[in-house]
Parts: sequence; C-alpha cells; structure tokens
Amino acid sequence: MSFQQVSLSLAAGFLENCRLFFETLLFSIPLGLLISFCTMSKFKPLSFVFKIIVWCIRGTPLMLQLFVVFYVPGLVFGIPMRNRMLAALIAFVINYACYFSEIFRGGIESISKGQYEAGQVLGLTKRQIFTKIILLQVTKRIVPPMSNEIITLVKDTSLARVIAVGEILLAAERFAGKGVIWPLFFTGVYFLAFCGLLTLLFGYIEKKLSYFN
Amino acid sequence: MSVLEVKNIKKSFGKTEVLKGISFSLEKGEVLSIIGSSGSGKTTLLRCLNFLEFADGGTISVDGETIFDASSVKKLSDSQIRDNRLRFGLVFQSFNLFPQYNVLKNITLAPSLLKRGTSEQIEQEALALIERVGLLEKKENYPCQLSGGQQQRVAIARALALKPDILCFDEPTSALDPELTGEVLKVIRDLKSGDSTMIVVTHEMEFARSVSDKVIFMADGVIEEMGTPEQIFGNPKSPKTKSFLNQIV
Repeated sequence: MSFQQVSLSLAAGFLENCRLFFETLLFSIPLGLLISFCTMSKFKPLSFVFKIIVWCIRGTPLMLQLFVVFYVPGLVFGIPMRNRMLAALIAFVINYACYFSEIFRGGIESISKGQYEAGQVLGLTKRQIFTKIILLQVTKRIVPPMSNEIITLVKDTSLARVIAVGEILLAAERFAGKGVIWPLFFTGVYFLAFCGLLTLLFGYIEKKLSYFN
Repeated sequence: MSVLEVKNIKKSFGKTEVLKGISFSLEKGEVLSIIGSSGSGKTTLLRCLNFLEFADGGTISVDGETIFDASSVKKLSDSQIRDNRLRFGLVFQSFNLFPQYNVLKNITLAPSLLKRGTSEQIEQEALALIERVGLLEKKENYPCQLSGGQQQRVAIARALALKPDILCFDEPTSALDPELTGEVLKVIRDLKSGDSTMIVVTHEMEFARSVSDKVIFMADGVIEEMGTPEQIFGNPKSPKTKSFLNQIV
C-alpha cells in the first residue's frame, strides 16, 4: 500500500471531518446566539427552560448525544435515522450551540451598562444599539474563548466515527484492520495542519480588533 | 414660557424612596446646577429626565408639551420614549464613548442612524462640533488614545450633535484628574454663551456659582433649597445647605 494511496484515502475521510466542522459552525453560531438571548431573557420560564437545556447538553458526553440522535428516532418513533452525517450534524450543532451560547452570554454581559445607556440617550433602537455598538465589542472579547472552542470542534469531529460516519479515523482504522498501523498515527498530521491554519486565522482576527479597548 | 417644567417627580427603588416629589422649571438658555451630597437623588433625577429610569409619579413638560406623565407611562410606545429622550442630551460621568469608533464616527453615528440629514451634512456639523470642543486634530483618533478630559469633550460634542432642547451633565468632571477638569468646564462655559439650556449635576462649587442662573440644593430626595447662585452660596437659608457648603469649602 503506497503512501500516496493512504494519504488520499485519509484525505477523503478528512474531507468529511471538514464538512462536519464547517456545517456545525454555520448553524451553531446563530443558534448559540439565539440560545444566549433566551437564557438572558427577562421572561423567567423561557430563561429557565433554556438553562436546563444548556445544563443537559453540557452535562452529558457528546458521544452519548450522537447515539441519542442516531438511535432514538428509530427506537422510539419508528423512523430510523438513515443519514449518519445528518445525525452527526444535528448532535454537533446542538452541542456546540450550547457551549457557544455561554460564551456569548459572558461576552454580552461583560459590556458595561453605560454603553447601552449611551445608545439609549442618543435615541437608538434596541436593535441599533446591539448591532452598531455592542456586537463588535462582544466579538472582540469572545475571540479567545471562541478560538479555543472551535479548535476543540476540529478534533471532536472524529467522534462521529461512533455512528460510522466515514471520517478520517474510521478510514485509518480500516488500514489498521488490514495490519497497517502507521496511517492511524498519520491522521494527526491532518488535524495539526488544520488547527495550525485556524490558529493563524484567530491570531489575525485578534490583531485586527486590537485597535480599540 | 419655560422650556422645561418638572412637577412632583417621585421615584423609589424597592422600599427606598430616592425622589420624594421634585418640582422645578427652567427657562430657555438658562443653566441649572444641582448640588448635594451623594445619595441625595441628583443622578436619579437626571436619569428620570432622560428616561433611563421611569419616575413613579409626576410629569415632565418640554416647551409646554407634556412628554411624560407617570399615571399613563405604560401607554408610551418605544418610539415615543425614543422621541422623548431626544429632547434631552446626557453627558455621563464615565463618558461612555463607543471604543470601536473614532472621534468623528462617535459623533456621526446617531445622527446617521436617525437619518438627520445627508452624510455630508452630518459630517460637516460633526466637524464643526469637534472644532468647538477644540479637538479637530484628534478627529481620527480612537477613544483609547485620548485623555479623560478629551474623551469627555467628545462626549459633549456627541450629545450636541442631536441638538437636544436641554443638555444634562451627570458629574461631568468627577472621573477626571484635577488638572483635566478645567478644559471640560471651559467647554460647558462656552456652551452657556451659545445659549444652550443645561442642567449640570456637579461637585465643582466654584463652577456652579459662576456659570449657573439657578442652583438647586438636594438632600434626601427633596429640593432643600433653590435660588440664584448668590442666594444659595452667599446667603443659604436652610441649615442643611449651610452645613453642606461648610463641609465642601
């Protein structure tokens, strides 16, 4: 088995990891923002319900959540989940949205009341205050915790293996099953390269936002 | 006719009664200073005027029009509240400039969002205001590059950009180093000669004495004494006013 064959096969697997990664980000960031607004809502029942949801999701393993999303529709409702990738995506989006929501909440609550009041006395609407004044300040503050979480997500995508999504570790295990062990270790190179790029990207964003306090 | 007529404003936070019925009026172009020890309700009064708090009782009229009546406050829509707020400007103790925008953008942000003219007009007016507070060479700077006094001058220009009927100052120099208070007070003094109607909550007694047309001394949520600066500082009647002024000087 040539090096080229193995790396191409692993790359095909890693493409699945990347897909899961980008799609998770695409949906979990807006959903996380929505959840953070719900947990901060002045309407107590709403914030209570969402705090319970966030507790359940953060308090159980992602691997367990993958099993639940994949098996429960078939076992309980008789509608088996046929699309493994979709099941993985749903579990990842919900899981990461909950983590992100707590980061967003922390970021939003760290902005001083005076910024809102300055917007209010200038006659701005709540929406204008949030989008034009608060959002960029929150963004700046949450870049470090978000980059942490997003880099964790890159590696977490390999958990999708437990419901047999054809990602990179599953591909490497096939080789291992045939007695070729090294591809399993070689997968680390893909993750390292990807996380390296992300680290550079986040460093760039942090620098871009360093012009204000 | 008075530009501002405040009648019997009351405000409680929980069981604490902070304002126990405040009434006063202000003529156009007048400067009113509000003095008093901390906890006397001065800041709460300003916040009620700017609708950052809603008074539990009383009315506020601007130019003869009742814009706030505590007995019907629930009926005010968000947009009415915003319109009411625009009658007043507020300069905060802690400046509250928007850190991500430079001086010019801090001033033009609200007028552009409120569509108060073309972007050229808004920018021209903003530049004129920046010049008026003496910061034209800093117009591209960000708040973190300015001293406290400079930031407060930008905050004043920002409030003026919306042309409020009445400009309020909440202890505008309390967060400043002593050597920086002068430049801010000078700007406020200049505004007086420009005929702005202003309410200044302040601990700067010399300033209050020299710039005000009217002085209110507040204690425990009531107006203890009200009059011209000569009366209040020269010949205070109330024992509370006397002892406050003695402590300060």
